[in-house]
Amino acid sequence: MQALYAQLLVGLINGSFYALLSLGLAVIFGMLNIINFAHGALYMMGAFVAYFLLQYSGLNYWWALILAPVIVGLFGILLERTMLKWLTGLDHLYGLLLTFGIALIVQGVFQNYFGSSGLPYAIPDLLKGGVNLGFMYLPIYRGWVVVFSLVVCLATWYLIEKTQLGAYLRAATENPTLVRAFGINVPLMITLTYGLGVGLAALAGVLSAPINQVRPLMGADLIIVVFAVVVIGGMGSIMGSIITGFALGVIEGLTKYFYPEASNTVVFVLMVLVLLVKPQGLTGRAA
Amino acid sequence: MSNKLSALLLGTALSLGAVAGAFAQDKNIKIGVLTDMSGLYSDIGGQGSVIAAQMAVEDSGLTAKGWKIDIVSADHQNKPDIGTNIGRQWIDVEKVDIFMDVLNSGVGLAINNLVKEKNAIMINTGAATSDLTNAQCSPNTVHWVYDTYMLANSTGAALVKAGGDSWYFLTADYAFGAALERDTSAVVTKSGGKILGAVKHPLNSSDFSSFLLQAQASKAKIVGLANAGGDTTNSIKQAAEFGIVKGGQKLAGLLLFINDVHSLGLNVAQGLNFTETFYWDLNDQTRAFGKRYSERSKTKAQPSMIQAGVYAGLLHYFKALEAMGGNPHDGAKIVAKMKDMPTDDALFGKGEIQPNGRKIHPAYLFEVKTPAESKGPWDYYKLIGTTPADKAFRPLSESACPLVKK
Repeated sequence: MQALYAQLLVGLINGSFYALLSLGLAVIFGMLNIINFAHGALYMMGAFVAYFLLQYSGLNYWWALILAPVIVGLFGILLERTMLKWLTGLDHLYGLLLTFGIALIVQGVFQNYFGSSGLPYAIPDLLKGGVNLGFMYLPIYRGWVVVFSLVVCLATWYLIEKTQLGAYLRAATENPTLVRAFGINVPLMITLTYGLGVGLAALAGVLSAPINQVRPLMGADLIIVVFAVVVIGGMGSIMGSIITGFALGVIEGLTKYFYPEASNTVVFVLMVLVLLVKPQGLTGRAA
Repeated sequence: MSNKLSALLLGTALSLGAVAGAFAQDKNIKIGVLTDMSGLYSDIGGQGSVIAAQMAVEDSGLTAKGWKIDIVSADHQNKPDIGTNIGRQWIDVEKVDIFMDVLNSGVGLAINNLVKEKNAIMINTGAATSDLTNAQCSPNTVHWVYDTYMLANSTGAALVKAGGDSWYFLTADYAFGAALERDTSAVVTKSGGKILGAVKHPLNSSDFSSFLLQAQASKAKIVGLANAGGDTTNSIKQAAEFGIVKGGQKLAGLLLFINDVHSLGLNVAQGLNFTETFYWDLNDQTRAFGKRYSERSKTKAQPSMIQAGVYAGLLHYFKALEAMGGNPHDGAKIVAKMKDMPTDDALFGKGEIQPNGRKIHPAYLFEVKTPAESKGPWDYYKLIGTTPADKAFRPLSESACPLVKK
């Protein structure tokens, strides 16, 4: 029974990465109608930027937490302005192919210069060590990841669903022409939204740097699962992607305990089941 | 009549001569480096294996003697089916003579069957499974650098001797992990230890916390990592985080490469024990090779033992071909010649290839230095034990290989 609690908690930790990443994907899909396959590569860039900041300018983890999402977010804005912008109104397939290509290029470049084994990134001193919870030894850093990503997720949800700015954004997705008529700069808003989604990916990358090796392929391994999470939760639903992210982390954690061999397929089995019963996803709005 | 006969004889002799001549004069070699070029093992093999192959071609001096040597390379993506498809095309269309590297045991076993079927050659320097020279041995395959039996024998026995008599395994869920777990379990049990359990994890996992918790709960003294590459480094890093070592359990990296240690950093990796058969800082010759290799490497890395094996294996192959005076393009025949000749190279020292295809040389038990002991990048290992060549690998008397006459 103790082991079960431990696995539930571990699942929640992984779930927080799924939630952060799928949230970014959902924001981008919801506002830009783009299936952002470059998300994994941008997540990886976040981790690398954290490494560079520490290695070359001595800026520690806490700086990276702020700076890496901004830097990678700016890179995302550049992508949107120079390339993605031209795909507005075209079929989803174009955006998917373009972003997939971008992901391959970015990963290839990093692998060329840094190899595949990855680079070390230590846990910040303040979050080192762990606490004994009775049923498991919880590393403080892991606890931090859960709390921090939960806060970020909820803040993003609040921003989009409950504020004036969020209302403009949602309106711009529904009817861009009309919103422009009210004097709002819709293209700028779209660009910033993409930047925000990308920033979330980079933030997840920084969070994961001390846990996983900083490797060029760290995002490629994760992104497919995250897409399954988004499909299960319902494309474009903010709260849905947060909840499904955490829930699937827990389900995966339990699978690792009861039948570890299936732990990398269980998410996809669930995805198939959900698609069969409710094609628009658990919380998705019908198209 | 006699004129006719002599003409006929002359014609036969001429044509025979022509055939023999063509035989002796064919000095073309095509080398195929089949490896993981883009995935988790691409640092320990990958482009570095191609560099090692190029260095072997240059150092052999064969091109100056009129040989024409081509190197092709491809990415098998750690998938046996993709590897086999490339392999078939290489043999049938591109006329590749010899497969080098072929890391990943799944792919290695698949290519093992292919080269036997097509009478080509594989010098496998990357796959770990000891089956390549045991039950599945072939007259067309040489297994050069290491195998699961050797790793288990060296690291496993040393750790049990040091008091680690109960084990729990974290095993990569494919041919390699299974072989490594099986061979290590055998050694541990034989040395008087106990196996408390194992958990199989999918290849290329990023999160090991669930598996590590299970290992922790088992209370085994040794947590054996029967995995490789990024899986091993992530296991080690996350084990530190979950306080596995602080709690009194010891980690055994059953297969670690210098690139893994480099990637972990000495702070995390210090004190780990494991076995390799090559390290750049063993002697003057290995240092010279390491220096030349690292100058060509894009990441300025030192060679892994897999890449060193590509270099040494090819040089021995070239020696055999030179002794034969040409390339007969007959895999089994060339491998037989390679087995006849004792091996001697700068990187692995003197050794031999046994009838089952197993290349034997000494195995070194290393310990990772502390940050204070290390003088700089890539200065990572302390040598703490050596198993001589004839003791390091599975004895022929225990071999299940049909090629071994008993």
